[in-house]
Amino acid sequence: MKSCLIVDDSKVIRMVAKKILNELSFSTAEAEDGRQALDHCRNAMPDAVLLDWNMPVMNGIDFLRELRKLPGGDHPVVVFCTTENDIEHIQEAITAGANEYIMKPFDSEILQAKFSQVGLL
Amino acid sequence: MRPEDFDFIAKVLKDRSGLVITPDKAYLLESRLTPVARKRGLKGLDELMASLRSAGEDLLREVTEAMTTNESFFFRDMKPFDQFRTIVLPHMLQARAARKSFRIWSAACSSGQEAYSLAMILKEEAAKLAGWKIEIVGTDISQEVLEKAKAGLYSQFEVQRGLPIQLLVKYFKKNNEMWQIDPAIRAMVQYREYNLLHDVKPLGQFDVVFCRNVLIYFDQPTKTRVLDNVSRLMPDDGFLYLGGAETVLGISDKFRPIPDQRGIYGVNRGGSAGPSLTAGR
Repeated sequence: MKSCLIVDDSKVIRMVAKKILNELSFSTAEAEDGRQALDHCRNAMPDAVLLDWNMPVMNGIDFLRELRKLPGGDHPVVVFCTTENDIEHIQEAITAGANEYIMKPFDSEILQAKFSQVGLL
Repeated sequence: MRPEDFDFIAKVLKDRSGLVITPDKAYLLESRLTPVARKRGLKGLDELMASLRSAGEDLLREVTEAMTTNESFFFRDMKPFDQFRTIVLPHMLQARAARKSFRIWSAACSSGQEAYSLAMILKEEAAKLAGWKIEIVGTDISQEVLEKAKAGLYSQFEVQRGLPIQLLVKYFKKNNEMWQIDPAIRAMVQYREYNLLHDVKPLGQFDVVFCRNVLIYFDQPTKTRVLDNVSRLMPDDGFLYLGGAETVLGISDKFRPIPDQRGIYGVNRGGSAGPSLTAGR
């Protein structure tokens, strides 16, 4: 079973994502901000990270840059999931090492399509 | 809806587009045609049915278009496009090396996602295609979807279903809340209004035909007729793509499955061993 870390400061979004990912046979863990997510990754590197951009303490893009510097930090497939929907943000995310990018609002179909595109399904 | 109204509209749709609508799909009439009725200031389906009987070409066309417009995604099902890039395209580059040109048809192209997906693949492979002329033609029965295809404007939902983010960044620009495909990609596809039940010859010959998730809406004799028509436009070594739930088996002997390449069919003129696909494997 593949593991996915859900990083979002909204409890509702985490709940929705968890439900969809469980249906796609992922085990899930949750973090409320980039700092918590980084701590989680230091302990146990997930196969995938579903990542919000705007969060308190540490935002998504800073988390991603730190993650990629960690030992084994190139392993997780990182899929951004954010309301930021302009080319500049997307470009910045790809440059920082994101594998895919979901623009909110999203549904299970989009999440499934994106996860299968990056070979997670 | 009254049974005689249902029979009437079912016949109109069958005659004009080949679309077979069975009583269990009557809900589709309600959901697709109520907006058409409202646009005309009519109170609903019953009033629309009443005016359809004396209707002119415009309304009949609008009703047919509303019923035949179907979903389309970029890189739908992914695999057919991988097969195109890794097998069909290399095969064509070899087989057409002398004249350096071939033509692709996206039949019942809807709002253009399939045709543009192919155009993006060709653009990505441009280094191998210097000096080649590759035409992509998209056809559909509906003027409305063709206008959308030509504009190349898609919603945020549409660009997230099947389109890899790298290709979105590379080939689309944000236009208010919509995403518009690059003019260079748009210029690679020609769109034409065309009914699959009509004479196909004016379209010319096609080496590769995508006719995916179209036959599922037709009855058996119509499927046979469409496949026979399509085969007449294809050279002996042409390739036909059908949708995942479609087949030629038991429907037409003009095509045969390509071994090991699910969803791709070769032209069958009888006698010869038929085409094979080996390039790139």
